[in-house]
Amino acid sequence: MTNHSVSVAELVKNTNLNVYYGKEYLDRLITTSDISRPGLELTGYFNYYPANRIQLLGITETSYAKGMANGQLFHVMEHMCQPETPAFVISTKLRPPKELIRAVKTEKIPVLGSELTTSRILSNMTNYLEGKLAERKSIHGVLVDIYGLGVLITGDSGIGKSETALELIKRGHRLIADDRVEVYQQDEHTLIGQAPQILRNLLEIRGIGIIDVMNLFGAGAVRGKTKVDLIIHLVNWSKDAPYDRLGNGNVYKKIFDVKVDQNTIPVKTGRNLAVLIESAAMNYRTRKMGYDVTATFNNNLQKLIQANSKDASYNTSKQKQILRNNKKAIQKNPHLKG
Amino acid sequence: MVKRQFKIISEAGIHARPATLLVQTATKYNSKVTLEYQGKSVDLKSIMGVMSLGVGHNAKIVINANGDDEKDALNAVSETMEKEGLSK
Repeated sequence: MTNHSVSVAELVKNTNLNVYYGKEYLDRLITTSDISRPGLELTGYFNYYPANRIQLLGITETSYAKGMANGQLFHVMEHMCQPETPAFVISTKLRPPKELIRAVKTEKIPVLGSELTTSRILSNMTNYLEGKLAERKSIHGVLVDIYGLGVLITGDSGIGKSETALELIKRGHRLIADDRVEVYQQDEHTLIGQAPQILRNLLEIRGIGIIDVMNLFGAGAVRGKTKVDLIIHLVNWSKDAPYDRLGNGNVYKKIFDVKVDQNTIPVKTGRNLAVLIESAAMNYRTRKMGYDVTATFNNNLQKLIQANSKDASYNTSKQKQILRNNKKAIQKNPHLKG
Repeated sequence: MVKRQFKIISEAGIHARPATLLVQTATKYNSKVTLEYQGKSVDLKSIMGVMSLGVGHNAKIVINANGDDEKDALNAVSETMEKEGLSK
């Protein structure tokens, strides 16, 4: 799924670039989040020139270009304008070299500018492009924001994911995506989930059909995208399957390179799933805040057991002592017997 | 109804892990299974109930089973007790 692309126009809009030249060329496509800073290319070395990347020119490059002979500079710039080159960006409010403007005309490449320094605009563009161009995976499930936590509800078809989501929305939580959740990895520890454009704000409930959550419950009931913090996996109740009774399971699911905590909740009539999922989310949150109820309970239990064990041995030794004393007393005073 | 007495030989008593296993074993049967300790009786299918007793080392407990598969239930629980080193 690497055939994703972003248009230069979208980049301009989202990273606050201005257009020096080529407003009509903004529909060119960017296919990689890498950004090139042509330095050696200016000297004529083009062996590893990454033509498909955004070309970013800063103070060093523009001032070097100023010192070059016009003809030579135009020749180099022309070489940099390849059919797959998406755009040129000039940082720090610098003026683009005239030769560049002349050179881009053949391939119809826009020349953009930014007020930010080279490193700032570089990181802004990289962040934006990485989010947009990251590999995406479709997951069958429902993504809901519960008290600010992104909870992905998974499970077999017909187990009641959408119905549970509806109840959660009624309880004041927000829907991100129903049925198909698009996830991508933002960084090493962050997984972001969102709805495919066509399914945004929609929920499909068997017997009712498609409902528009924003229409029915207001703008507060939906959210564009969120980090995926927790997975709740719904399964049909089975008598023999061992379920996590104490909450010390520590089960993860790996999506891309991110490990996401997963709880498996058995579904049975009479179990209010919305409340269960809400509690699971809160429990996860307290655990992340440093309070592990299972560990605390285990400590308390251990103390109780120790206290009980001491009592037991103390009682038996006391009983034995009494018996011994009785025996001695009887030996001394045989008339006490009977 | 069938019952059997056990003496807990494990130093750690019935802590979280063995409690979970006992409950898992008992849950497999239809019979009502209870654990008695110091005059208190709890359902052996309820994990919080079992753990709340804090059964310690040298404690004497009684397991009761009542129902159509009571014998199997009691045997299975006994087996788990031995396997987990809770009693002989």
